[in-house]
Amino acid sequence: MALKDITLGQYFPGTTIIHRLDPRVKIIGTIAYIVALFLAKWLVTYAIMLVVLAALIAISKIGVKSILRGMKPILIIVIITGLLNLFYTPGQGEPLVSFWVFTIYPEGVWAACAMVLRIAMLITCTFLLTYTTSPIQLTDALERLMNPLKVIKVPVHELSMMMSIALRFIPTLIEETDKIMSAQKARGADFDSGNLIQKAKALVPLLVPLFISAFRRADELAVAMECRCYHGGEGRTRMRQLKLKGTDIAALILAVVLCVVIGVLGRYGF
Amino acid sequence: MEPIIETRRLSHIYSAGTPFEHGALVDVDFTAYRGEYLGIIGHTGSGKSTLIQHLNGLLKPTSGQVLFEGKDIWESKERTRQTRFQVGLVFQYPEYQLFEETVYKDISFGPRNMGLDEGEIDRRVRQAAQFVGLKEETLEKSPFELSGGQKRRVAIAGVIAMEPSVLILDEPTAGLDPVGVESILGNIHDYHQAKNATIIIVSHSMEEMARTVDRIVVVNDAKIPFSGTPREVFAHGDELEKMGLGVPAMTRVFHRLKGMGVDIDPSVYTIQQARDAILAKLGKAVV
Repeated sequence: MALKDITLGQYFPGTTIIHRLDPRVKIIGTIAYIVALFLAKWLVTYAIMLVVLAALIAISKIGVKSILRGMKPILIIVIITGLLNLFYTPGQGEPLVSFWVFTIYPEGVWAACAMVLRIAMLITCTFLLTYTTSPIQLTDALERLMNPLKVIKVPVHELSMMMSIALRFIPTLIEETDKIMSAQKARGADFDSGNLIQKAKALVPLLVPLFISAFRRADELAVAMECRCYHGGEGRTRMRQLKLKGTDIAALILAVVLCVVIGVLGRYGF
Repeated sequence: MEPIIETRRLSHIYSAGTPFEHGALVDVDFTAYRGEYLGIIGHTGSGKSTLIQHLNGLLKPTSGQVLFEGKDIWESKERTRQTRFQVGLVFQYPEYQLFEETVYKDISFGPRNMGLDEGEIDRRVRQAAQFVGLKEETLEKSPFELSGGQKRRVAIAGVIAMEPSVLILDEPTAGLDPVGVESILGNIHDYHQAKNATIIIVSHSMEEMARTVDRIVVVNDAKIPFSGTPREVFAHGDELEKMGLGVPAMTRVFHRLKGMGVDIDPSVYTIQQARDAILAKLGKAVV
């Protein structure tokens, strides 16, 4: 079934040093890496970024295959960006090729390669974050990082609770969709053929039960939470306290160093 | 007896080529005969749900064949679609698949997909409603106003209305009260009698199985270790226990008696049989 193959920020459990890092550090590190990516200018800085990413992937023991598989859906965007850069970067020297309305300069080739590489690295590093951090840890870390916003009355706890619940129910709803789809197919429903309107109509027998079951689940969950005296974030303690360890601080320092080094090198055009 | 559905060396592997790969069925040969009342037992994750979803072409075998009336159901797209109407499948908790405004419309969804004319659809909807004991006036109600048990009847009627020659039901009585269980089993029995249909019931309630079916197929660990009449199957008491299935309470008592050195037939599974066996043992005439 095609529905089961969706990897939506799928978490691969593991015990590597990257898995064990404080999730807050991982989020900050990812942001730092993205910032550094945009500071990178030319071959040397790109090479450093690539080496850093390769090292992180190697340490985390995430297979290159799973990263490539996650890349598939955004392949088209990457290709289009690459092509646009290839054709629309003006250059001073002789054009490499010129046909119809298109002219390609050597600068265009470089710009296209750099842009494709940049997007690929950007996406890979966010994959690294979601592959090595469970959704619960992620929302936990986000809640802590956004804590200062409480001062301006942003309901940080409620937002992160909603986020974890939403994440938690994605696989459940996918499974449910699969089940209802099979049940309707068993009654002769046809989801694959016909024109657009027929296809949209064919979705009614799927969507109605799905919505009803989502509401039912939400209702049951609310009751279950109230039964356990949930009343929002006020005065709530947590089972797993996030504490920075030595490795976390080291990782933070490395991330800052990376940003500074790339920034300086980039400024001088390397 | 003439076979109606067969599988030949049927295998199904989930998530092939990933670290999550596992075989849900491995080289399974399964046969259901025309007009029989068949039970499939197996614990959760044994592969029984995967097996039944192959029987009407909802899942495509990784390897092997599924034959309906001797022909491969994956021969052509049309054949697969026809098989879905011929082999009705009622899923677990089917009440969650209801979607129409009225009970009548929901039951007519299947027959309408078959492309029947209005007169025939109407006849089938009313007859299916009758089989599951739904009243005339219920047909115009919204399915969402009904009780859980009533909803399940509507959902089962939705499959019966296609008048399949094979009716497969996955745990049709799960979560119902004892009266509801009896009445649903009765409805299924009526359909079996009236249409001479093949019935395949999936369950893990041994007691329920023992009372209703002619033959039991045991599914365990992606394979079918044995099948036969309830008496034959329950004779494998120890193996069933090891699979986490257990045998009816009555059978367990008689196995224990036998173990204690009483010379008695341990394959009984109903109270009637138990009474006869004890009377025979005591040397009294069976009344």
